[in-house]
Amino acid sequence: MPFIPHTEDDVRAMLAAIGVKSIDDLFDEIPASLRGGALAMVPAGVSEMEITRLMHERAERDGRWLNFIGAGAYEHHIPAAVWQIATRGEYYSAYTPYQAEASQGTLQLLYEYQSMMTSLTAMDVTNASLYDGASALAEAVLMAVRVHKSSKRVLMPATVNPVYRKVVHTIVKDQHIEIIEAPYCTECGHVIPAALQKFTGQDFAALVVPQPNFFGVLEPVDELTARAKQNRMLTIAVVNPISLALLKPPGEWGEGGADIVVGEGQPLGVPLASGGPYFGFMACREQHVRQMPGRIVGRTVDVDGKPGYTLTLQAREQHIRRSKATSNICTNQGLMVTAATIYMALLGPDGLARVAQACHSNALKLAQQLIALPGIKRAFSGPVFHEFVLCLNAPVADVLQALKAQGILGGLALTRDYPELGDALLVCATETKRDDDLKRYADNMKRILGSRFRPAPCALKPAT
Amino acid sequence: MLIFELSRPGRRNASQAPLAVPGLSAIPEDCRRTSRPLLPEVSELDAVRHYTNLSRQNFSIDTQFYPLGSCTMKYNPRACNHLAMLPQFLARHPDAPADTGQGFLACLFELQEMLKNVTGMAGVSLAPMAGAQGEFAGVAMIRAYHTARGDSARTEMLVPNAAHGTNPASAVMCGYTAREIPTDREGSVDLAALKAAVGPRTAGLMLTNPSTLGVFERTILEIQQIVHDAGGLLYYDGANLNAILGRVKPGDMGFDVIHLNLHKTFSTPHGGGGPGAGPLGAATKLLRYMPLPVVAMDGDNYRLQDETDLPQSIGRLSAHLGNAGVLLRAYIYARLLGREGMQRVAEYATLNANYLMTELRKAGFEVAFPARRASHEFIVTLKDLKDKTGITAMDVAKRLLDKGFHAPTTYFPQLVPECLLIEPTETESKQTLDAFVRAMKEILEEARSQPELVKTAPHTTPVRRLDEVRAARELDLAWRGTDHAVGG
Amino acid sequence: MTTPANLKYTKTHEWVKLEADGTVTIGITHHAQEMLGDLVFVETPAVGCKLKQGKECAVVESVKAAADVYAPLSGEVVAANAELADAPEKINADAYAAWMFKLKPDNPAELGGLLDAAAYQAIADAEKH
Repeated sequence: MPFIPHTEDDVRAMLAAIGVKSIDDLFDEIPASLRGGALAMVPAGVSEMEITRLMHERAERDGRWLNFIGAGAYEHHIPAAVWQIATRGEYYSAYTPYQAEASQGTLQLLYEYQSMMTSLTAMDVTNASLYDGASALAEAVLMAVRVHKSSKRVLMPATVNPVYRKVVHTIVKDQHIEIIEAPYCTECGHVIPAALQKFTGQDFAALVVPQPNFFGVLEPVDELTARAKQNRMLTIAVVNPISLALLKPPGEWGEGGADIVVGEGQPLGVPLASGGPYFGFMACREQHVRQMPGRIVGRTVDVDGKPGYTLTLQAREQHIRRSKATSNICTNQGLMVTAATIYMALLGPDGLARVAQACHSNALKLAQQLIALPGIKRAFSGPVFHEFVLCLNAPVADVLQALKAQGILGGLALTRDYPELGDALLVCATETKRDDDLKRYADNMKRILGSRFRPAPCALKPAT
Repeated sequence: MLIFELSRPGRRNASQAPLAVPGLSAIPEDCRRTSRPLLPEVSELDAVRHYTNLSRQNFSIDTQFYPLGSCTMKYNPRACNHLAMLPQFLARHPDAPADTGQGFLACLFELQEMLKNVTGMAGVSLAPMAGAQGEFAGVAMIRAYHTARGDSARTEMLVPNAAHGTNPASAVMCGYTAREIPTDREGSVDLAALKAAVGPRTAGLMLTNPSTLGVFERTILEIQQIVHDAGGLLYYDGANLNAILGRVKPGDMGFDVIHLNLHKTFSTPHGGGGPGAGPLGAATKLLRYMPLPVVAMDGDNYRLQDETDLPQSIGRLSAHLGNAGVLLRAYIYARLLGREGMQRVAEYATLNANYLMTELRKAGFEVAFPARRASHEFIVTLKDLKDKTGITAMDVAKRLLDKGFHAPTTYFPQLVPECLLIEPTETESKQTLDAFVRAMKEILEEARSQPELVKTAPHTTPVRRLDEVRAARELDLAWRGTDHAVGG
Repeated sequence: MTTPANLKYTKTHEWVKLEADGTVTIGITHHAQEMLGDLVFVETPAVGCKLKQGKECAVVESVKAAADVYAPLSGEVVAANAELADAPEKINADAYAAWMFKLKPDNPAELGGLLDAAAYQAIADAEKH
């Protein structure tokens, strides 16, 4: 029996001790009409050898691709030590550190994580993680409304990841919170602060500021943050943690910095893995810490005065506050944070800056090569970090299909979420790409656009 | 010692980051970072040794018996982790086209089908990333159902007072008020109180069965009748599904929408507090509201359904596909168990709980509901011990750490004074359970002979009892390069 | 500790003192702080805030519990004890000295409906057993 250690002798002795004849007797409080129920759809069990073979076959079927898709999930090199340590049983198979004395490993690691993230974001405090970047933004919106008290409206630029905006809608809609979309400049690819003038005088709890935004473009964060402050709004920053090695941290934006910072933690040592598990991070100003959802670890001392770590501010949470909790969140993404902490420790400040710089350089190089091709232009004039949008003079879906035939995943088509941009393609190059990868992408793109979408040879010559 | 205290300026891991980095830059001056983040500067060996040694300060399933009630801390098979981390699975981008992920999607589709069968529900969505998110999604579906029928008077979600705190918190996130239903002396939902509470304002009832009190709701069929007759829907919190896996299906009990905790029942790792996964099952009338994405099979191809397939969906809960890697682990576990193995889970979890309860009673402990069968867990109350000796449930829990056992859940459910909620799971042997009973017996003896030893426990852990009041009053939530407390 | 006879009480463990100027001073009882344990956080209502009798208006937190404080009377908040933000332990030290906020009652007659010391003591004693 898989994972059940009982011998027949054990079972006999245990039933005798309880005073029943069979295991079935232990279910005698359950109404008879409910017992049983066939499991026709569950196949018979297989051995570890068989499932190993099956999973290898399925993994091989999915193959390996030269990937240039980003859009919120980014391919980075993960040092071998990260997951070898994170999957040690002591981290992997422990639970939430309720018994602090028996969980100092996890607790100290979380304190180190909080320390690293507060410094990276230049904020006062962070929690021990949320589910992912999208749900973290939803929690930030709820938190901003709690902090602001008077308004239940939040201003959300269209340059925020469209899926994040959908998730926010799902999570906040039943609490009568209104999300108002703020426009962006279709030429520069970011929000124009002056364009927010039309909202002046309206009561908003917060302005969301993504950096870099979904197009990879850098937003004028100082001006946006200052404008939010002048209009009595909180600023919710949505940032990429790797970019923070190069970009001004949200705690230093505008007049006094952002109030709440969230983002997707996946770039910090978590594999792409078809979408999860990842982790969301959240940081805030100290005066708002009691409105922050999720677990928080604090340093204290034991009865002998020795430093130690424990979950703190638990009275905010659902297991104590129940219907008045800051959120219903219970678990976080502990194992992912374990990996991220080891990742940040291995890379250090210089390593992280080198990763960020290599991403930035590769993106610039690839963009240069691609916009030099006929039939491609850059969609936006604004500066970028490691992602950029191209406008193609051919159907983007067809181009992606043709690239895929060459083993290349060329990026994310924006036709569904941003139809106003035409055949737009969001492309990302991280530090994982070599010069020959960039060239392979550009060569294939050239060939595809040149051969498949060349104007018909019999086209009329332009009149001279 | 903190990793930051190992840091030395200029020490680095040359091979962990790109070696030659071109200096191209298009970042405007005013967008650049000028301050240096306070990350440690350590060697690879420093980091590996530090985090390996830290791990040794944890109790875990792999190192200790971990009878944490309501958490189902059973063995996490290593094959599940190993195979979910095959390089192709890890490398796949979530926005890669479906035809580059047919192997992966096949696993998820088959998992959906198995979960439908095990729970007796018409459809399953794997989207929720944790039990609490499953609850949120399920209650949001109940709300969507009533709203679509124009039934806007239903503003109350009923929740037994023994329920997990997430239940009322989730109901409130969906815009409901949570109304508590009391528990009777035998640990069951108070039927008279339920009858009095239901009415035109009832949106539904959230129920855990077996309940957090470690007993099966024997009147579940009457409960579902009362709620349905009042026009409400029934939500099943799958926290305790391990107790009935393969024996009873929530769908047969009359539940309309449910979540399961794969990190409990399907043995995916708890990871020091996540990631979990909280798939959702729905009855036919709620299928159209399921959260996205749902894995579908069209002919021979698997794909993810989106808003065009389910226009009335409550929406998305994560940027991608929930905790996909956790779902893969659960799939592998389910395949290893198979049909017969899955049915044995509940049998042996229940056998272990009832055996442990019997042996602890013989050893002199008082159980909270002696007239009831234990489900997969049970409650010991130490109120009598506290009245006589001043020793609390917390003291006993801490002393268990000295004896090499993780403590059971303490002070939950709040209804039972000085309680220990004990869940042994099916993966523990009789010999381990007997050793736990011996340890508990020793503590009971110590409580009489050397009470101070118990009151001041633990004595053998890396730290002793921590000053939680100081932790909350003088907040120190991050290290800032000095030993000066920050955040407070 | 005895329950001061010069104060009025609520079933939800608030004490109320009528001041000479017609305002009332409000705090939580000794029994309440004892049940909660060491307090780590107190949130008082904002000055100028209008309260309705029986509605939640403040929060007290210990490490393991959180409790709402309910307005014993309707009225406008005229003062809040700012000291408690940094020193919630003052409530543990002397619950009847560490007041939380002062109200200008809308209807002073509501005071008559509150419990006297003996009635409150009976409630507190019953909870202890």
